[in-house]
Amino acid sequence: MPIRTAYTAKIDYLQIMDENGVLDEKLAKDTLTDAEVLELYQYMCRCRALDETAFKLQRSGRMGTYPQNKGQEAAAIGSGYAAKRGVDWLVPCYRENAALWMHGLPMHYVLLHWMGDERGNQIPEGVRMTPLCIPIGTQMLHATGISWAMKLRKEPAVAITYFGDGATSEGDFHEAMNFASTFQTPTVFFCQNNHWAISVPRESQMNSETVAQKALAYGMPTVQVDGNDLLAVYKVSKEAIERARAGGGPSFIEAVTYRLADHTTADDARRYRDPKEVEAWQGKDPVIRLRKYLTAKGLWSDEKQTALDEAAKTMVTEVVRAAEGIAKPPLADIFDYTYATVPAELETQKRTMRTHSLGQNPEQVGLQTEWTS
Amino acid sequence: MSNATEQAVFNPKLRRRVDEGSGVNQVECNLVEAITLTLAQEMDRDERVVCLGEDVGLNGGVFRATDGLQARFGDQRVFDTPLSESGIMGTAVGLAMGGMRPIPEIQFEGFMGPAYDQLVNHAARYRTRSRGAITIPMVVRVPVGGGIHAPELHSDSPEAIYAHQPGLKVVMPCTPYDAKGLLAAALEDPDPVLFFEPKRVYRLPTRDWIPEDRYTIPIGQAKVVTEGDSVTVISWGASVYQCLEAMDQLPEDISVEMIDMRTISPIDKDTIIASVQKTGRCVIVHEAPKTAGMGAELATILQEHCFLYLKAPVQRVAGFDTIMPYYKLELEYLPNAKRVAEAITQVMAY
Ligand SMILES: Cc1ncc(C[n+]2csc(CCOP(=O)(O)OP(=O)(O)O)c2C)c(N)n1
Ligand SMILES: [Mg+2]
Repeated sequence: MPIRTAYTAKIDYLQIMDENGVLDEKLAKDTLTDAEVLELYQYMCRCRALDETAFKLQRSGRMGTYPQNKGQEAAAIGSGYAAKRGVDWLVPCYRENAALWMHGLPMHYVLLHWMGDERGNQIPEGVRMTPLCIPIGTQMLHATGISWAMKLRKEPAVAITYFGDGATSEGDFHEAMNFASTFQTPTVFFCQNNHWAISVPRESQMNSETVAQKALAYGMPTVQVDGNDLLAVYKVSKEAIERARAGGGPSFIEAVTYRLADHTTADDARRYRDPKEVEAWQGKDPVIRLRKYLTAKGLWSDEKQTALDEAAKTMVTEVVRAAEGIAKPPLADIFDYTYATVPAELETQKRTMRTHSLGQNPEQVGLQTEWTS
Repeated sequence: MSNATEQAVFNPKLRRRVDEGSGVNQVECNLVEAITLTLAQEMDRDERVVCLGEDVGLNGGVFRATDGLQARFGDQRVFDTPLSESGIMGTAVGLAMGGMRPIPEIQFEGFMGPAYDQLVNHAARYRTRSRGAITIPMVVRVPVGGGIHAPELHSDSPEAIYAHQPGLKVVMPCTPYDAKGLLAAALEDPDPVLFFEPKRVYRLPTRDWIPEDRYTIPIGQAKVVTEGDSVTVISWGASVYQCLEAMDQLPEDISVEMIDMRTISPIDKDTIIASVQKTGRCVIVHEAPKTAGMGAELATILQEHCFLYLKAPVQRVAGFDTIMPYYKLELEYLPNAKRVAEAITQVMAY
């Protein structure tokens, strides 16, 4: 028997707008209109401004650890814009704030979360998303489950889940992919390959040439896209989401992007990362690229930028004020969300604000004093 | 095997001296520096020792506990692994079976979830299910506990979960001296040891002078921190410091016998029984939720062995039976000196 080829595959890489803001007109057809690009660009700038402010809040002791999203905004916005607000589910990690805000998460909630306040996780009614997810690689299974439920309930809704390159090393990731493809759930796996998982570069994280090829093993449509290219991200996301909505099952997207900041404010990337690499990627910044494009088209100017920066500043101030203006929750708060009904022992702990039991049974022999505190 | 003293001094930034009275070489360090130093010494001593985990190599770990180890021992002794706790734990089990002495690090206790199966269903069970033919000598290092204003799942205290698992040993030192001696002992142990490092006290403002040369502290031995005869206070990890602070708030006539368990499992019954037989009163303090926490086991041991000596019910000052809150409320959630002092006062008045 001769050897035959059992399987072959290729991975496409899509870029529509290059680093200089030059468009491939043919590929750009049927993606975003200039009016949309203009609007999303301004949105991106506002998100960037808030991200920079969040960093400063941490540095000045007004917020805890914060993972900057800087440099990855096109990936979040392009994909978020492709999903239907209030219909499709967003199942995020923590580096796609812009997508969450677009889908109705109040901006200051993200700050509250990183200020150590759970109220930042209380997703408002009608907003379809799960809270920021700290344990890496765990949320994709929920996206598979949510979208499975959508399918079972015959709701034309899709779940898009976000995660990093590092997250694809976790077992849960592979299980989510396998379930999704086996049950053909309407799930979009959106990997933000920002080249680093804290100090571990993508090449040391895995021996595969692309992240996208991992989906091949699960028989899933998969694509690599320039993650800093708003139009390309939008295009592949829209395709994947609408395919899923139409019953075509799950897809995988590898958005090739870059973490321009430290992993979090607790990290110091100079310990492990060549500044030259960062510099090179600064040239591929999604914000700069869009600005060049819009300027060349006569749709943007320095004056408009100045006005936008001012407006962004005002918006950021308001968002910070909203987050900082909320009084610290009372300790009693922590007891109210553990169960639907507070069990007896917990009720006692809540009432007495302690865990030791003296004074709870005054009839107990030997008790000399009745404690009231 | 080589002798540590033949090697270049590890972390020369630490101050060193020879103690005049005893002639002992001493080094001044905090808890995390003591751990790093011990890891270096053990790797010097035994070529089979390897460290593996997320960001433990070039970056030296997110708490810098493995700082400088890859520079000294190379990337075939200190491995940055893929981001996979099950992978880290499961391959460490295999490394141990293959003749190495792995020291896997799980970055935070909250991320032990994915590693749970490998630790509990494999590392802990191999000896039993192979009737002693296969053993898993490894030391799993995990920063633990709250109080550092970290995000969700970076502040839990799961020691009771693992103490409940036969086949595992669980230690939690809270001083540089104990960390050094217990880590060395853990590496000598033929069975898997879970080495919890209370991150809140990794870097206390004052460093301690401890012996530089290798020494061990037996696993399973509690330490009497202060002797006293009115009441026994038992704790471990960062809570020990809250207890010590509470002692300052008590009236002078209350003399506390403070015990730091140091090892969670196996439990040093003798030390706590002897102490409570002497004092007749006991308060147990831990960060973990009260219900089914280690305090429950210790209190049971005490009522089994000290029933007729007890002058008051054994009390537990612990975390509340809720999910560990986000950090805005964590200091109120954790047992603090005020709550400890209150419990001691009430136990004394009983
Ligand atoms: C289960 C788990 N293990 C470890 C960590 C610690 N940790 C936080 S972020 C991170 C790296 C994540 O890398 P990647 O998935 O590429 O996402 P990125 O941060 O680059 O966006 C690690 C190891 C965690 N949060 N959860
Ligand atoms: Mg990454």
